[in-house]
Amino acid sequence: MAMTNEHPLVRLETAVLIGIGGFAGSNLRYFLDGVVPGPQVMGTLGVNAVGSVALGFILYEAMHSGLLGEQTRTVAATGFLSSFTTYSTFAVQTTLLGSPLWMLLNVLGNYALGFAGVLAGRELARAVKVSDG
Amino acid sequence: MRIDPAHIVGTGGALGALLRYLLGQWIDADTFPVATVAVNVIGSFVLAALTFAGSSETVVLLLGTGACGSFTTFSSFSVQTVRLWETGDRKRALCNAVGTLLGATGAIGLAWVAVGQ
Repeated sequence: MAMTNEHPLVRLETAVLIGIGGFAGSNLRYFLDGVVPGPQVMGTLGVNAVGSVALGFILYEAMHSGLLGEQTRTVAATGFLSSFTTYSTFAVQTTLLGSPLWMLLNVLGNYALGFAGVLAGRELARAVKVSDG
Repeated sequence: MRIDPAHIVGTGGALGALLRYLLGQWIDADTFPVATVAVNVIGSFVLAALTFAGSSETVVLLLGTGACGSFTTFSSFSVQTVRLWETGDRKRALCNAVGTLLGATGAIGLAWVAVGQ
């Protein structure tokens, strides 16, 4: 990412949008961790999978149609979704699982659903483009 | 005064998102998502250190669930890995997937050595 010569007010605006997105994203993750039944890793797996679909959609939508404005992408992608999903909680929870089999399954589960989620988001973005054109 | 846990998490989350954004602006990553690898490894170290040190619930909510949770990102990691793979850079995609995991695991091990025992 290259530094751009933006007006300080525009940079402040971007920072505020990202902060608000981060507040909301981490809040929703915390809420879902509390309501998703089963072991804690299931909540983390859920947010990482759903967040990957949504971020995949936003990225490919920008490449194919670009209907969403740049500020919307900033607040939704860099702010909300990147904060909603988490690598650190996933990594620490994995090491605390104890059993090597469950550790492996947790890594494979998060990686598989994360990558598949991005591809699902890509297809959604393509569908939007087709119906648009 | 008792603060709602969700507000503590959200405040930390806003802070983590801003730090990740600033680091991304600062680190130039044209061919490899270095910034995302960096936030995920550093964030895993800090979260593990907070966990192993037996920090209070408020500290874990603010800095762990909030700041580290938001500072690190699984969605950007997934998107960047898939993009590397799609653009034909399969070696870099694998490097990113495996390298982030090894980096984060190593950082957690380091946190255990530093504060855990």
